[in-house]
Amino acid sequence: MSTQPTVHRGADAITHAFRRRNASGEKVFIPYIMAGDPDLGTTEKIVRSLSGIDVDIIELGMPFSDPMADGPVIQRASERSLRQGLTLKRLLEAVQQLRLDIDTPIVIMTYYNLFFCYGLEAFAHDAAAAGVDGVIVPDLPVEESEEFQKALDAEGIALIYLVAPTSTDERIRKIAQRARGFIYYVSRTGVTGLQKDVSSDLESNLKRLQSLVDLPIAVGFGVSTPEQAASISHLADGVIMGSAIVKLIGETDHMHEQVAAKFLSPIIQVLHNKE
Amino acid sequence: MALNSSPLSAVNSRPDMFGRFGQYGGRFVPETLMPALQELEQAYESAIQDPDFLKDLQSVYREYAGRPTPLYYARRLSEHLGGAQIYLKREDLAHTGAHKINNTLGQLLLATRMGKTRIIAETGAGQHGVATATAAALFGLECHVYMGEEDTQRQRLNVFRMKLLGAEVIPVVSGTKTLKDALNEALRDWVTNVCDTHYVIGTVAGPHPYPQMVREFQRVIGDEAKQQFVNMTGKLPDVLMACVGGGSNAIGLFHPFFDDKSVQFIGVEAAGEGLSTLRHAAPLCAGQVGVLHGAKEYLVQEKDGQISPVHSVSAGLDYPGVGPEHCYYKDIGRAEYVSITDKEAIDAFLTLSQLEGIIPALESSHAIAQVVKLAPTMSKDSTILVNLSGRGDKDVESASRYLEGVIS
Repeated sequence: MSTQPTVHRGADAITHAFRRRNASGEKVFIPYIMAGDPDLGTTEKIVRSLSGIDVDIIELGMPFSDPMADGPVIQRASERSLRQGLTLKRLLEAVQQLRLDIDTPIVIMTYYNLFFCYGLEAFAHDAAAAGVDGVIVPDLPVEESEEFQKALDAEGIALIYLVAPTSTDERIRKIAQRARGFIYYVSRTGVTGLQKDVSSDLESNLKRLQSLVDLPIAVGFGVSTPEQAASISHLADGVIMGSAIVKLIGETDHMHEQVAAKFLSPIIQVLHNKE
Repeated sequence: MALNSSPLSAVNSRPDMFGRFGQYGGRFVPETLMPALQELEQAYESAIQDPDFLKDLQSVYREYAGRPTPLYYARRLSEHLGGAQIYLKREDLAHTGAHKINNTLGQLLLATRMGKTRIIAETGAGQHGVATATAAALFGLECHVYMGEEDTQRQRLNVFRMKLLGAEVIPVVSGTKTLKDALNEALRDWVTNVCDTHYVIGTVAGPHPYPQMVREFQRVIGDEAKQQFVNMTGKLPDVLMACVGGGSNAIGLFHPFFDDKSVQFIGVEAAGEGLSTLRHAAPLCAGQVGVLHGAKEYLVQEKDGQISPVHSVSAGLDYPGVGPEHCYYKDIGRAEYVSITDKEAIDAFLTLSQLEGIIPALESSHAIAQVVKLAPTMSKDSTILVNLSGRGDKDVESASRYLEGVIS
């Protein structure tokens, strides 16, 4: 873990990442990779490489046997990773290792049962000690999140909520009261995965969302090209990309970290105004 | 009227407004689905209080599904076992051959009322898929059924039946390729097509309001059985027995007897090759609490929360979770849950076929197997009411492999 006093951790680190970019008109870029695919050592290398090309927040997927919100690309990656025997405990150990030299905020994304079985308070405690900054739980709506949120708040870790195109204003207000770090806007109804076009009602939905929340908004689900990232970046504070990277890593045999960095560099250029 | 026949009973106050039965149940789903579940809950609550909806439901139950199903005194089985008198609630005689039709008719009537034009379902043994395809044909709705690839192979006949009824059957190749994966895939479809689609969950599991709604559509089993049993014997049964996968036929039978404290409930889970082998499907007997498919419930899972592959000879019981109301019944001691191995179930399959001329579904054979164990220990003036939840025609091929050499 870093010992520099100026370094933020937890929800603060995430807020800071957005503030830093958005202040200069830039957008936050959040890549998602499946931890343990193809193995945990490679995941650590990829994280270091992404940190080196200046991504703002890294989302680490923890595989679950029954990923109901994920499309085929992330399902297959989960299966590959689970065959390696990855557990949440081992993932936290890997994050702790990475924190020796990596400062980029790290968010863990997985399904609620894994946190529940770990023990909500025990997880919050161990995750904070390891240097995890936030958690995304796709099957934990605001009605069910009180207990976990309490545990995470106590450790300063952000529970990041998802908002969907189907979310009503009333629900968005409720989520806004609880949300920490940023709002993860799901660009379309459906599971994670690639798509050709950006949803046509994205702009109006994001305007509605912006009028209801104060936190920064990052858009995910179906963002796979620099062009899509660019068009979304005009509408939101950050862009999340998952399946496209996971697919690439799944198709790569070696030097995954270089392949990922090469793939993502043009997107970062677009989002960080470095054209 | 069968539905909501005892509105003053404390039992009808469960689940609470969050869909919880004690600590179990709830709504652990992606945000995208939350508005749809709230819409469904409101539509269901308004329908269930609407005399026209209830009248329509009663009429399809009666004229289409063949309700009420008979209560049958199994004389030869009772004499053979030499103890308690055994009565069978003949859900195997309902249209499509199992209790599943009670729920699909209710949910599709509701879907029609909600203006949904597309129906999706998951299925294990294929009985729920067939019952959904049947109701979809009846109401003229487009129907897609997700079924684990492994199950499409062991239940080929039901795959053909669904296609014959006009449904599309989609084999699921992810995960363990069985019922739980079919549920995942159906949820993924629903999250994608939520605006025009109704998802017909086949059991008392899943997110609120499914456990409550499916129970209310299945309680017709217990409501009828109670009246029939009292008419036949002048008293209440001592024991209710039913198999438990997700648990819909068992809750359907048990729920209306909840306040009848003298009536003991026994739910029978699938022990597969034995609880010690890890090849079983018995979350209540050998699982831990977790969250899957939208609800907190007992699960067959690894210590770290990954869901374990489960096994049962019966595809309909081959599921790692169980409805939240059963979890609650277990914790408060209202029901006892036991388990029956594949072999015991197959033996009971044979016993009932040969003693009563009734070929039971392999699922229901688990309940019969527990009766075979329990009845001889009870006095001759005691009674067991068993839910014969489905007929075994679909299982003849699987059973024949086990019975090779027994029947030549």
